[in-house]
Amino acid sequence: MKQNKSLFPKAIVAEALKQSFVKLSPASMFRNPVMFTVYIGTIIMAFVCVWVGAGARTQGSLGYNLAILVVLFITVLFANFAEAIAEARGKAQANSLRKTREDTPAKKVFIVGDIYVGEIKTVPSSQLKKGDFFVCEAGDTIPMDGEIVEGLATIDESAITGESAPVIREAGGDKSSVTGGTKVLSDKIKVRVTTEPGESFLDKMIALVEGASRQKTPNEIALTILLASFTLIFLIVCVTLKPFADYANTPITIAAFVSLFVCLIPTTIGGLLSAIGIAGMDRALQANVITKSGKAVETAGDLDTLLLDKTGTITIGNRKATHFWPAEGVKEEEFVEACVLASLADETPEGKSIIELAGVNPHTYSVKEARFVAFTAETRCSGVDLNGKERIRKGASDAIKRIVNREGNIFPHTMEERVKGIASNGGTPLAVSKNGQAMGVIELQDIIKPGIQERFDRLRKMGVKTVMVTGDNPLTAKYIAEKAGVDDYIAEAKPEDKMNYIRKEQQGGKLVAMMGDGTNDAPALAQADVGVAMNSGTQAAKEAGNMVDLDNDPTKLIEIVEIGKQLLMTRGTLTTFSIANDVAKYFAIVPALFISSIPALQALNIMHLKSPESAILSAVIFNAIIIPFLIPLALKGVAYKPIGASALLRRNLLIYGIGGIVVPFIGIKLIDMLLAFFL
Amino acid sequence: MNTELFGIVATFLLTVLLAFPLGKYIAKVFKGEKTILDFMRPVENLICRLGGVDPMKKMNWKEFLKAMLTINLVWVAYAFLLFLFQGHLPLNPDGNPSMTPDLSFNTAISFLVNCNLQDYSGETGVTYLTQLFVITFLQFVSAATGIACLVALFNGLKEKTTESLGNFWVIFTKTITRILLPLCFVVAALLAFHGTPASFDGKDTVTTLQGDTVQVSRGPAAGMIAIKHIGTNGGGWFGANSAHPLENPDYFTNMLELVSQALIPMALLFALGFYINKRKFAYVTFTIMTVGMLCLLIPTLLAELHGNPAIARMGIAQPTGAMEGKEVRFGPAASAFWSIITTVISTGSVNAMHDSFMPVSGMMQLLAMMINAFYGGCGVGILNYYIYVIIAVFIAGLMVGRTPEFMGHKVEAREVKIAALVTLLSAFLIKGGTALACYYFVHHGNNDWAVKPSSWLNNPGYHGFSEMLYQYTSTNANNGSGYEGLADNNIFWNVTGGFIMLLGRFVPIIGPIAIAGLLAKKKYIPETSGTLKVDGFTFGAMTFVVILILTALSYFPPLALGPIAEYFSL
Repeated sequence: MKQNKSLFPKAIVAEALKQSFVKLSPASMFRNPVMFTVYIGTIIMAFVCVWVGAGARTQGSLGYNLAILVVLFITVLFANFAEAIAEARGKAQANSLRKTREDTPAKKVFIVGDIYVGEIKTVPSSQLKKGDFFVCEAGDTIPMDGEIVEGLATIDESAITGESAPVIREAGGDKSSVTGGTKVLSDKIKVRVTTEPGESFLDKMIALVEGASRQKTPNEIALTILLASFTLIFLIVCVTLKPFADYANTPITIAAFVSLFVCLIPTTIGGLLSAIGIAGMDRALQANVITKSGKAVETAGDLDTLLLDKTGTITIGNRKATHFWPAEGVKEEEFVEACVLASLADETPEGKSIIELAGVNPHTYSVKEARFVAFTAETRCSGVDLNGKERIRKGASDAIKRIVNREGNIFPHTMEERVKGIASNGGTPLAVSKNGQAMGVIELQDIIKPGIQERFDRLRKMGVKTVMVTGDNPLTAKYIAEKAGVDDYIAEAKPEDKMNYIRKEQQGGKLVAMMGDGTNDAPALAQADVGVAMNSGTQAAKEAGNMVDLDNDPTKLIEIVEIGKQLLMTRGTLTTFSIANDVAKYFAIVPALFISSIPALQALNIMHLKSPESAILSAVIFNAIIIPFLIPLALKGVAYKPIGASALLRRNLLIYGIGGIVVPFIGIKLIDMLLAFFL
Repeated sequence: MNTELFGIVATFLLTVLLAFPLGKYIAKVFKGEKTILDFMRPVENLICRLGGVDPMKKMNWKEFLKAMLTINLVWVAYAFLLFLFQGHLPLNPDGNPSMTPDLSFNTAISFLVNCNLQDYSGETGVTYLTQLFVITFLQFVSAATGIACLVALFNGLKEKTTESLGNFWVIFTKTITRILLPLCFVVAALLAFHGTPASFDGKDTVTTLQGDTVQVSRGPAAGMIAIKHIGTNGGGWFGANSAHPLENPDYFTNMLELVSQALIPMALLFALGFYINKRKFAYVTFTIMTVGMLCLLIPTLLAELHGNPAIARMGIAQPTGAMEGKEVRFGPAASAFWSIITTVISTGSVNAMHDSFMPVSGMMQLLAMMINAFYGGCGVGILNYYIYVIIAVFIAGLMVGRTPEFMGHKVEAREVKIAALVTLLSAFLIKGGTALACYYFVHHGNNDWAVKPSSWLNNPGYHGFSEMLYQYTSTNANNGSGYEGLADNNIFWNVTGGFIMLLGRFVPIIGPIAIAGLLAKKKYIPETSGTLKVDGFTFGAMTFVVILILTALSYFPPLALGPIAEYFSL
């Protein structure tokens, strides 16, 4: 699925506008302590306006009070709008994913049907329940998430992943999951439904985004506490100002008190806080990752260790033949021909890569009277017998050596050296013999994904340690680990090794993430702080993890870490910005309050604002409009740069700290100049 | 003028020079390593045995606080009773009367909490018995309490994961026997040699050059004046505090008293570095605190050396700077330096009248006490700084995209809540108290109290406001200095001040120790390159900014109505 590029498509804005009024109900306002106080301020101002309308003289003009009332009301609406638009965007995204699977005709299997057993009838997908079976043939759209119980099929998952290359899914093993909305291209499969309607991961995610089941994350709670205490500090400032003003013989209007209070409390971050959290989940969804909780995204930002499978993540698929090394006295062409012949019937990726490397078309070979010898665990080699005369064998070097020695020939010393050399370079040597004569060695190598080193470098700068998990022997594993630039590796890994490694890291206080797809990964996925299950994986794996990657892309963990970091950074920087804004607001409002009785305080009016009324109005207006100005930043997140924590802090302090002090001085002055036309 | 500035620089450098080895020594004492004062061990063991204390018992943060608070409760009751009946007790050669209940309440708390606000005058308000066995005693134990609580924090930071913060009784006893007593011996001896009285005789009668006879109060003052500074207490033997010629006879004693009040707070910072083996953190913190102190000192120096513009406008030259309320033997520079050192460090002793300083200087003194963490009082200064650090760690952690952590422990909702409460409390006590005073002054000016609210202020207007603000800032910060223009010996100031001193002392001690205990219990997280380095200057600067912004935002309005309005009106 590709995303809409615009941050504010029309339909979403309309929905968000509606929601910002719906959210005015006190019950939903109460969830956000900072904005709730603004809400109360607005109500107080409404009463003041009525009072002034009824003839009160001490509170300034009705127009001024009304203006303050309107601006406060808009401030609350802006904050609601920020939350609503983040929700609407998330919902829209999840909905478009969900739409693909609604009302698809499903060929349901009735175990006891109307006419015979195992009868197949077409029903709407909405009628499928967990545990039901359905079949899909070439051209069908899969109606529901499920697990293949019979058969194998090629499936086009582009509706979910955007990736057009078809994938193979088959019963049993780790690639047995199918997702609703994807299309079967060939063959026929029988699938068992694994989720109740309305309980798929997408449904859960939508509920999360909509706020019904959204829980505040630990950092969000801590920040809310800090913001609430700032709000209290400013409440004290405003309440104590009344006796201070009495001492200084200065009457202060209720409008001025409420304005000062609303300007000082951190409304900017308070209004954007929930939008930032939702946007984090949105961004994960944009990366085609479904998160089961907001906390998982936040935890991702703190990860210390990533466990990555070698195959598919660090290396491209499987080993490939990279070199033919003929033995002494053997012509290269002869050797290559023997290799090709031995590999003609070899369907493994390694076998195919040998033919690929030889650069020949296998169909041009006439292989009359050929008898192919399959690989077995005992012989540890495979090969071909031609015309009963030529016996070509290909296999592990010690197996071939045994064949050669049995025939009374010598396995050349140079070949032995070659075998050792390849192994120590991280490669896999395959020896080839013909009629008991050693012919040479084929070198197979893992191909490291291009650009993977840079990604690991980036992770290292973020402070994340990468660990490669592989079934290879330690020598090969070490070589690939060094070449790819991972920090550690687990060689000859069994499923429980992953689990043990995760436990060990966690005991050391580290947060660990891993990606997996198999059922035997499930315990480790559950143990990991962030477990990302591949969408193609088994149901058990998907249940165990706290995220599901729709793209089945093992490098996705890196993006997830960045999304988590962005989430925290956006909160931190906007908090700093919001608090820093108060400096300018003080300089606008405090002189305005006391200028009539303490003319000397005019010296504090460094912005030279026109009148006390326009100063207060400008500050309140700035306070309101800064919220929508920052919505794009809240939704997109502050860019993360892996430049080290201290450098990042300096950078963000400069931009959002100094910026937070300077911007409102300019903004308030500009608004004051504009207001001069109206007042 | 250059000589005057040289005097300040020399005093400061001398303090740092002495504080460094002292810090090393303090770290050794609490690590239990060999020191030259190990001969005190039998005394300490005896004290532990007499008190029925098991010195090997480890205390978690709650047990530690319980021990500390219990003994403090005993001390305050003891002090209250003795002040209340001092007139009838021995060692009272001048026949001074007992204190009223509200004054006893205020004074007992004042010395218990290391504040040493004095609503009485030393010459007439207390007896030799209470001076020695209540005031001087409390000056020792309150300083030791502060240091012991800081050592609890050290212990929390030192271990990767621990429940125990050490044994309060042991740390407390060692603080007195190994640190406070030896230092006080030296300082008291030096003071006595320079003319500070140390006798039990009553008032002396002196005939002046003009032929008048003057009654001069005396007493065993030298020891008390030593602990008054070593323990950052600040309460003087005589009413005029260190402006009194017998309490602070000459420039040398002035330097000595300056050095001794800043010595332990600075040494404790270095001790932190040595004790938890994070020297860089200590040096960076020391630098940040010094920068903060200079930011307060330089405007004060400029204002005082420049003189009063109102006097200048009358055409009177002020070559010596603003001399109102200052001692000629010290001059404006040393007085300005003292006024900032005594307010940043929460000593609260004075060698000049703060009421007479320029408005800018008054504001700097206020700010110093509002922040209360640039060096700060014995032990408590670093505890206050720790609260700012927690808030800075939290915001900075978010800004670099990582759950905030401090020295290997995650800072989460509970710690933030405590830190926020402590910060909130200061703002509430200072402004709430001042607001209450303003309310009585304006609306109930004729209340029938010992001093009518309408007669509280010697100066009307902005300066009067500053006097009230200063009083509560000083009580909340446990500083104890005063703008002496305020008539504060009456039920209102005694009672409100007493409560604010109590809260302003114990909440900012309980908070950091609770945080330290909670953090120390958590799983240790090893540092990675994604971890924000808390011992670097970037984080130091961040903490500094947090301090500035928090203080500015909390106190801008009252400062604008007091010293700022006065400054622009001069």
